[in-house]
Amino acid sequence: MEQATLEKLWEMGPIFTEQTPHAKKLGLKFISVAKGRSTIALPFNAKLIGNPESRVIHGGAVTTLLDQASGLAAIAGFDTPRMVATLNLSIDYMRAAKPGETILAQAHCYKATKHIAFVRCIAHDGDPDDPVATSQATFMVTVPQADNQAHNKDKTHKKNTNRPDANRTNPNEKTK
Amino acid sequence: MDPEKIKQALERLPYAKTLGVRPIFMGGETSLVLPFSQENIGNPILPALHGGALGGFLEMTAMMRVLMETDTFKVPKTIGINIDFLRRGKPIDTFARAELFKKGNRVANVRVRAWQDDFEAPIAAMHGHFLMAAKGES
Repeated sequence: MEQATLEKLWEMGPIFTEQTPHAKKLGLKFISVAKGRSTIALPFNAKLIGNPESRVIHGGAVTTLLDQASGLAAIAGFDTPRMVATLNLSIDYMRAAKPGETILAQAHCYKATKHIAFVRCIAHDGDPDDPVATSQATFMVTVPQADNQAHNKDKTHKKNTNRPDANRTNPNEKTK
Repeated sequence: MDPEKIKQALERLPYAKTLGVRPIFMGGETSLVLPFSQENIGNPILPALHGGALGGFLEMTAMMRVLMETDTFKVPKTIGINIDFLRRGKPIDTFARAELFKKGNRVANVRVRAWQDDFEAPIAAMHGHFLMAAKGES
């Protein structure tokens, strides 16, 4: 990877991590980026507790951390950084995160094809050999906006209003 | 599902408050809603909801479904989840409904669908295994 590309990644890494509205809300912190690799931290935050008795952070917050770290590794996995969207994220939870501890996510994009990036990620609170969670994700290169619109024209999404449950599509919708 | 229990369980979870998750009860069906919030955005340019916020919302929906099977408020532990992102999460309200596929002694298998303006066009789907609180364990 060229020096200029790496410098660009280090420039966008913190913005991507800390300025994304939801990542900012959770308090994610950019740590590092390299070719196909990234590390992001989630400092403990009482607002993210998912178990009031044990004060353990909710799995959903760990999901966001893993998604964000894996996404950055995917972007950095291409020879020239590409914007990506998550296709699938599969997470195994090994144990509860220790209350009060910062969780680190280390992601590795081990393969990037023309359109797809494959990423593994490990979340731990200090010892990578004692993980909180591990994940496997696939990302898709997002098509430039112009091409995307042309592509959408081919799609004819028909709504079947005859089906019996047509009126329960959206519980909040007042008229159908 | 017992609406009152879900309401109480969500109120006890700081993460549910952080996301803004609320329950909806209609015609004997329980869904959760993730009201649109600028703070749940993951891509401001598109714009699109954050995959992590959506994933967390789906996981919470599954956990609430499993919680209904136990006689405690002790939240189930997630063993593993698999999330498929099918469409961009538009900056509008998102709904999710869970289905319990298998309930064992300790482990439950749950599937969840998330949709926005069309139930037949889900924006994400999740399936996962959860460890239930044992009887008497609270």
